[in-house]
Amino acid sequence: MKLDPEQKLDVEEVLKDLHQYRPKRKGWSWRQKIENQQIGPFVYKNSSANLKRSVPLAAAHYFGNIDPQCDMVITTEVASGRFEDDLRRMRMAAWHGADHIMVIRTTGQSHIDGLIEGTPEGVGGIPISRKQIRATRKALDAIEDEVGRPINFHSYVSGLAGPDIAVLFAEEGVNGAHQDPQYNVLYRDVNMHRSFVDAAEAKRVLADAGILQLDGAHNANATAKEAWKVTPELFVQHAINCACSRAAGMPEELIALSTVPPTAPPAPKLRLDLPYAVALRELFAGYRFRAQQNTRYMEADTMEVSVTHVLDTLISRLTTTDIQSTITPDEGRNIPWHYNNVAGVNTARQTLMGIDGLTEQLALKDDGPLRQQARELKERAVLFLEEILENGGYYAAVAAGQFVDQGFFPERKGDGIVRDPDSGDGAGTVIARAPDYGAPVCSHFGNNSYDQGAGRHCDSYGGCTLCDPAKIQYIDELDADDNVTKRLQRTLAERNEGLLRPEVEKHGDNIVCVTLFVPESPRVAEAAALQMATHMGLQDPKVINRRVMHPAEGSVFEIKGALDVAIAIDQLTMPQHIEALADAEIEDWVRPRDIHLVAATVGEDEHSVGLHEILDIKHGGIEKYGFHCHDLGTSVPVAQLLDVAEQTGARAVLISTIVTHAEVHRQHMRHLHELATERGLREHLLLVAGGTQVTDDLARECGLDAGFGRGTTGQDVASFIVRRLRQAE
Amino acid sequence: MKCPEREDDFASRRKRLNSLSDEELHAHFWSLVEKIVEPLIEEARTHTTPSIERSVLLRMGFSSPEASALVGAIEQHGLLGHGAGRLVLELSRNKGISVGEAGSALLAGRYWEDLPL
Repeated sequence: MKLDPEQKLDVEEVLKDLHQYRPKRKGWSWRQKIENQQIGPFVYKNSSANLKRSVPLAAAHYFGNIDPQCDMVITTEVASGRFEDDLRRMRMAAWHGADHIMVIRTTGQSHIDGLIEGTPEGVGGIPISRKQIRATRKALDAIEDEVGRPINFHSYVSGLAGPDIAVLFAEEGVNGAHQDPQYNVLYRDVNMHRSFVDAAEAKRVLADAGILQLDGAHNANATAKEAWKVTPELFVQHAINCACSRAAGMPEELIALSTVPPTAPPAPKLRLDLPYAVALRELFAGYRFRAQQNTRYMEADTMEVSVTHVLDTLISRLTTTDIQSTITPDEGRNIPWHYNNVAGVNTARQTLMGIDGLTEQLALKDDGPLRQQARELKERAVLFLEEILENGGYYAAVAAGQFVDQGFFPERKGDGIVRDPDSGDGAGTVIARAPDYGAPVCSHFGNNSYDQGAGRHCDSYGGCTLCDPAKIQYIDELDADDNVTKRLQRTLAERNEGLLRPEVEKHGDNIVCVTLFVPESPRVAEAAALQMATHMGLQDPKVINRRVMHPAEGSVFEIKGALDVAIAIDQLTMPQHIEALADAEIEDWVRPRDIHLVAATVGEDEHSVGLHEILDIKHGGIEKYGFHCHDLGTSVPVAQLLDVAEQTGARAVLISTIVTHAEVHRQHMRHLHELATERGLREHLLLVAGGTQVTDDLARECGLDAGFGRGTTGQDVASFIVRRLRQAE
Repeated sequence: MKCPEREDDFASRRKRLNSLSDEELHAHFWSLVEKIVEPLIEEARTHTTPSIERSVLLRMGFSSPEASALVGAIEQHGLLGHGAGRLVLELSRNKGISVGEAGSALLAGRYWEDLPL
């Protein structure tokens, strides 16, 4: 399957012939760091290979549209519940620099004792099944060709079906997975014996498939009231999972610690979070680090969240990080919207390129509070470990409530999570292996009678699925109603008719978000804001963010609602797009003719950048074609422009008008036209306006010949002038 | 037995750690971790579960519903400790049939008396 950047991803094409699709490659991919890489005007210190296709940061056009990529893998998490919609989200995220796509599982999959098949719709994530995994991998294989970088696909190996899912992931080319038996025990109440026995098998399978493992320790941050106080325990949780993984045969380079800077402003974030991050990296030298952005203290304000995430990302660079995970800035208020996946990725991309090379100029201090606090955290962690042994080992310590206590260990609040080793989901299902126990497959952990034989355990029957993928049993669907084909019948019908609806999460979900300020006290303002949204035609409007600007002067609200409107593409009227003439064609026509132009920023307006971009030869402006440009500068009266136009015999007047207060830009445009007409110049003089708020329609409405807005180049303006003057000849 | 509330007595507890260098502290940390994990790994080495056995059958080429049904039936017969994969493979060898055919036969209720135990 090959993607065309001009075409939407074709889900029906993704679903075609899935029964025989095999992933292009297996195992995790890191970015290739390139030292001192020249990209556009800059030399980057912490960059990796450029993408083949991407959407650069908004300000990139000032720097030749460069899109430098940092040396860390960037993660985005995807959780719409419909994998067919997730694919488009993944493609958009990849174009903004994400190369680790983490797919959240549907609520409750941890408690399903076996694999799910088919494509049922999920809640808060997708039901992980072979078909969904394979379709997603197929789409990602095409997306990675489109952007020109490997994309790591990731999901979860936890719950009662850990080993089953690990095998599924190994077979289907999943590249990363969460696997941490402690997560099962503490947060999913899966029986602890079952969790650890299963974990060893799952880890062995992941290790042999080259799948990068993430642990689950960050969940303790997310559940603690005072997240910075669980840090000693986090070291312990990381260490238990690391040691289990090593014992199961997983090499250090496939073991990543999932770590989160625990606090957020107004807490003194870096002072608390940096010593923790430093201590962690010292204790776990040799392992990989996946830095997650903070979710514990997220509120509904996406700007505030983004600032916290910038600081998180700064900590990642100041310490060491292999994977920068991103959190969508709207996770504090709803299931993430797809364009907010892109926003989250861009927060990391922008921050990491902005602080490129920082550690060449700044270093963390080797003495003082940073070192003291780092040491203290390690010592508290050691005391925690000693107490586990005093309690009688891991199971007994969990039974005693030693974990996820809110106290700053050795302080205890007595509110830890308590689990009984003999209960929980799957209790009583762990069975002793008989002396003749055997498992004739690859990637198996523990006692195995087939270990005595020579060759692979699976040779006698022609190889297991890990050696011979042709043996994999693919099941398409088990539910005739709850499946992707049924869902697509509804959603694709409108698309095929050429109808468009707004969306934020799922195809055509109609959701829109409006921002409005109401100048009243908070409660009154909110009631009014909701009513205004109803007047706009939004169904079921809900306030998803509110910020008091002042208790009496007013509040600003973000309101989401459904806009049940389908727009027919073929009935849209769109501004005509005019192709610019080729540089040579313009120059060949202009140079022999000695054409004079007069230009200025008009009114009380000191903005000069826009006009320079259009005129100056060094900015690629129209001087290069041989026009004689008379730039009169800024804050120039309209009359003066016409004076100079008369004196020089100019063929065109170009005005720039940026300030738009009280519609002053319209006044300037009208005045130029009227004054030129009055003086009898209008017939032979082209009048052109430019500015951020100028459009061609607006300029013509005001009597001018053309208007140019944002994104205009000198070539566009020159093309217009040449075409018009050529006509006149 | 629940961990009772306790004041932060870090200052007195840490005294015996004070003399350790950072490297010694790290080594102490990891030796404690190994002690904690050792019995967990030993249990994993010597035990199995329905999900491990299903994952073995998946690797042997069974579909997930077949793997679930086979493991369920073997568990009911009290034979899971021998390994579902081993029972199926050895049955197929003894009968001169494929692994898939051996699994299907067991699911159809045949050959249970012939399992190699």
